[in-house]
Amino acid sequence: MVQPLNRLKESPSQTAGPYVHIGCTPNFSGVENVFPEDLGKTMLKPETKGERIRVVGRVFDGVGAALKDALVEVWQADAAGLYPSPQEKRGTADPGFAGFGRSAGDMTTGEFVFETIKPGKVPFKDGRPQAPHITLWIVARGINIGLHTRLYFGDEEAANDADPILSRIEHRARVATLIAPRTMEGGMPTYRHDIFLQGEKETIFFDI
Amino acid sequence: MSGGSFYQRDRRWHPPAYDPGYKTSVTRSPQKALIALDNTLSELTGPVFGHDLLGPLDDDLIANFAKDGDPIGQRIIVHGRVLDEDGRPVPGALIEVWQANAGGRYRHKKETYLAPLDPNFGGCGRTISAEDGSYRFRTIKPGPYPWPNGPNDWRPAHIHFSIFGHGFAQRLITQMYFEGDPLIWMCPIVATIPDKAAVERLIAPLDMANTVPMDARAYKFDIVLRGRRSTLFENRMEGN
Repeated sequence: MVQPLNRLKESPSQTAGPYVHIGCTPNFSGVENVFPEDLGKTMLKPETKGERIRVVGRVFDGVGAALKDALVEVWQADAAGLYPSPQEKRGTADPGFAGFGRSAGDMTTGEFVFETIKPGKVPFKDGRPQAPHITLWIVARGINIGLHTRLYFGDEEAANDADPILSRIEHRARVATLIAPRTMEGGMPTYRHDIFLQGEKETIFFDI
Repeated sequence: MSGGSFYQRDRRWHPPAYDPGYKTSVTRSPQKALIALDNTLSELTGPVFGHDLLGPLDDDLIANFAKDGDPIGQRIIVHGRVLDEDGRPVPGALIEVWQANAGGRYRHKKETYLAPLDPNFGGCGRTISAEDGSYRFRTIKPGPYPWPNGPNDWRPAHIHFSIFGHGFAQRLITQMYFEGDPLIWMCPIVATIPDKAAVERLIAPLDMANTVPMDARAYKFDIVLRGRRSTLFENRMEGN
């Protein structure tokens, strides 16, 4: 016998279920006055640096129906490409920006919305810049383990072409599932980003 | 703990995306393979929540929604530690919980089960793990709950857990079950987990040593998040 590794196993995932909002966005679900505000609801302060943008979209299932019970979380760098995290060793991130957001889809339309800023570039392991991106994490009833994906910006074509992750995706036609086009809605730069869990238009999900 | 990339997730230990026994997963599971992504700073970092986030009753579900008395049900304490795969404590981890009341009824706009709401029970709580990784909640033991999957499927008593570690790659949502509940082994959601040993990791034992006499029984529930490689022999991250 060799020496045992004595490593623990990660706690197995389970679905967040249809009532994830009770725990993660209780005010939204109707459990009011326990927490003053739902976590991740407000990403911006007046002093946050960077270009204000909106990210909106819906999550679709394999028959083309929009999920009305999904929870989407985002994690992103600040406008200078720094993460507000103790793991960030390159400098100090904007103290006016938490980098984290959480949105329950609208209970009728399923649309999620984030009012945030456009992130700066963050380096890849070898130092090359990654194109600006936002990490998304999606949980819902019927999803047994949270799905990780990324949103890249449609108006960053040159950076996207050089991105070390996008550029090594074998099926080139699928890269477009990660890129959100820029539009103007209500005078606000808006990136529309629908997520398709299954089927022909299936979004790329990562094992990170 | 600063350090390198996270140990890869064992996706044969976690439930697969597609499991027809849990019907909703049929149309909500990706059919294409996940694309492997070496951890970059985007995955190694994650949000940090300070204790200033917490109100004094956030970890006490018996008190945090009470209007004119305590909620009805079995008073319990749920406690344990957040560890990584190397057995090291994970301090500063935000833990959010949600659950049904003693009769299996959730307080949610879309919930229609005929068991009544408890006017003194909301069903949500949160806390942040201490330096040694420990955490605790006070609550009411949730009741089993019927759901429209099979014609007669009932969820075992369970508490949902959402945990933030130190990196977004550690993000995890799971469910805690209670020792001895015969519904555990009939449940299609539990059964999405392929390995019995993995299921057992989600079953909290009764903990008489930490039970408060004449007040509340205790259940112990440890949570393990992904471990992290040492950076000793890794390519240096930009700026490290």
